[in-house]
Amino acid sequence: MKEKEQLIIDGKRLDGRDLMEMRKIEIEINPLKNAMGSATFKFGKTWAVAATHGPRAAYPKWIQNPESAILKVRYSMLPFSTWERSKPGTSRRSIEISKVVNDALSNVIFFDDYPKTMIEVFVDIIEADASTRCAALNAASIALALAGVPMADLVSSCSVGKINGQIALDIAGFEDNYGEVDCAVAMIPHEEKVLLLQMDGIVSKEEFIQMLSIAKEGCAKVYAAQKDAIKQAYRTVEAD
Amino acid sequence: METKLYVEDRQIVTPGDVLAEGLDLLPSSGCFRHGNVIKAKYFGIARIKNRYISVVPLSGVYMPRVGDGIIARISDIQATFWICDINSPYDALLQIGAVTDQFVDIAKTDISTFYDIGDVIYAKVLSVTKSKNVQLTMRDYRAKKLVGGRIIKISPSKVPRVIGKEGSMIDLIKNKTGCQIIVGQNGIIWFKGENEALAARALLTIDREAHLKGLTEKISQILG
Repeated sequence: MKEKEQLIIDGKRLDGRDLMEMRKIEIEINPLKNAMGSATFKFGKTWAVAATHGPRAAYPKWIQNPESAILKVRYSMLPFSTWERSKPGTSRRSIEISKVVNDALSNVIFFDDYPKTMIEVFVDIIEADASTRCAALNAASIALALAGVPMADLVSSCSVGKINGQIALDIAGFEDNYGEVDCAVAMIPHEEKVLLLQMDGIVSKEEFIQMLSIAKEGCAKVYAAQKDAIKQAYRTVEAD
Repeated sequence: METKLYVEDRQIVTPGDVLAEGLDLLPSSGCFRHGNVIKAKYFGIARIKNRYISVVPLSGVYMPRVGDGIIARISDIQATFWICDINSPYDALLQIGAVTDQFVDIAKTDISTFYDIGDVIYAKVLSVTKSKNVQLTMRDYRAKKLVGGRIIKISPSKVPRVIGKEGSMIDLIKNKTGCQIIVGQNGIIWFKGENEALAARALLTIDREAHLKGLTEKISQILG
């Protein structure tokens, strides 16, 4: 059993946030010039960089689908991203997260528009402070939109959890390690469609329903930030 | 059902933006109908024309369309056709019948005498099937082999900006640099002449700053 840590003091969390407050979101558009679309997404200290290539011809040829495109997602944590060095390359954890990010993004992409091709998304976590899969998903969906991939909507994601018996939005590193529950949620906020839902810990039904409604508000905030960032980059578009 | 329009002509939209409501308006390219509303598929600029709404993407790959004039590179030769790289996720085929009117005895002729690997041609897209098998043709008055000169690649979605209104931008570059310039719809530009470096600088500036205001002034400034 973990030792009980004091994570909430006088209604404030360790980093000075309120329970329903999100860490500062920072988004950079197209930081990488060689990718077709790229984005960085920051939740406070959690920092993800996503790059998209394609649609391009799918090789080896046997993976081609004559009716639709395929999506390949690779999530990885850089060795210096965590407090202790993490081994570079694929791990059980990175394979799992690549898969869930792929599944979430597959719900919004129009694959039928580009038969026989593949769309590749690479997400690297430069600095990890919990909620990395949420940051990865947010960055990836911006990068895809910038690469000109047809999508039904942007995917927004944030985490919720329970720390010291209280429900809180956007779990940071220390709270993830010593809190009771951590739950990652990805949504299309205004349609209330859940695309990713992963949780570890134990909560009651009432608490879970409360957590989901909080996550919905959080995702809506992320969505607004994503949309704003994309539009800001081309604020001065002039028609020809 | 009341018809409502939520965007103006030429407004920037992101994927999932609701463009209009009601069944009177119709989704054209770049958008889709979801229940009663029309939503954007791409990050791009919304266009409204009569009853049709469309979204022109700001980035993306070249999708071949019938009738497009494109610049292609021969990447492989087979017995009766060439395989061409057209700066798209798909390769294109150029068959011997679409190149010449003469009878060619393929048992005796090596068709690399027409076009060899590495040659660059300006061709027209003859057909595109649903599964994206693309065929090219040289039966067009503009189609020819391009010899010498330089080639640069720009984003295919910025080709209209390079050409300008009724060819104004490309005419400006042609006149100021004295270069012969051919712009392919697939984002490949071929040019040859006295002042190629200046032309390249102007074209790359357009690619980089296509979305900014006052582009024409900037280009004339570069060209001097």
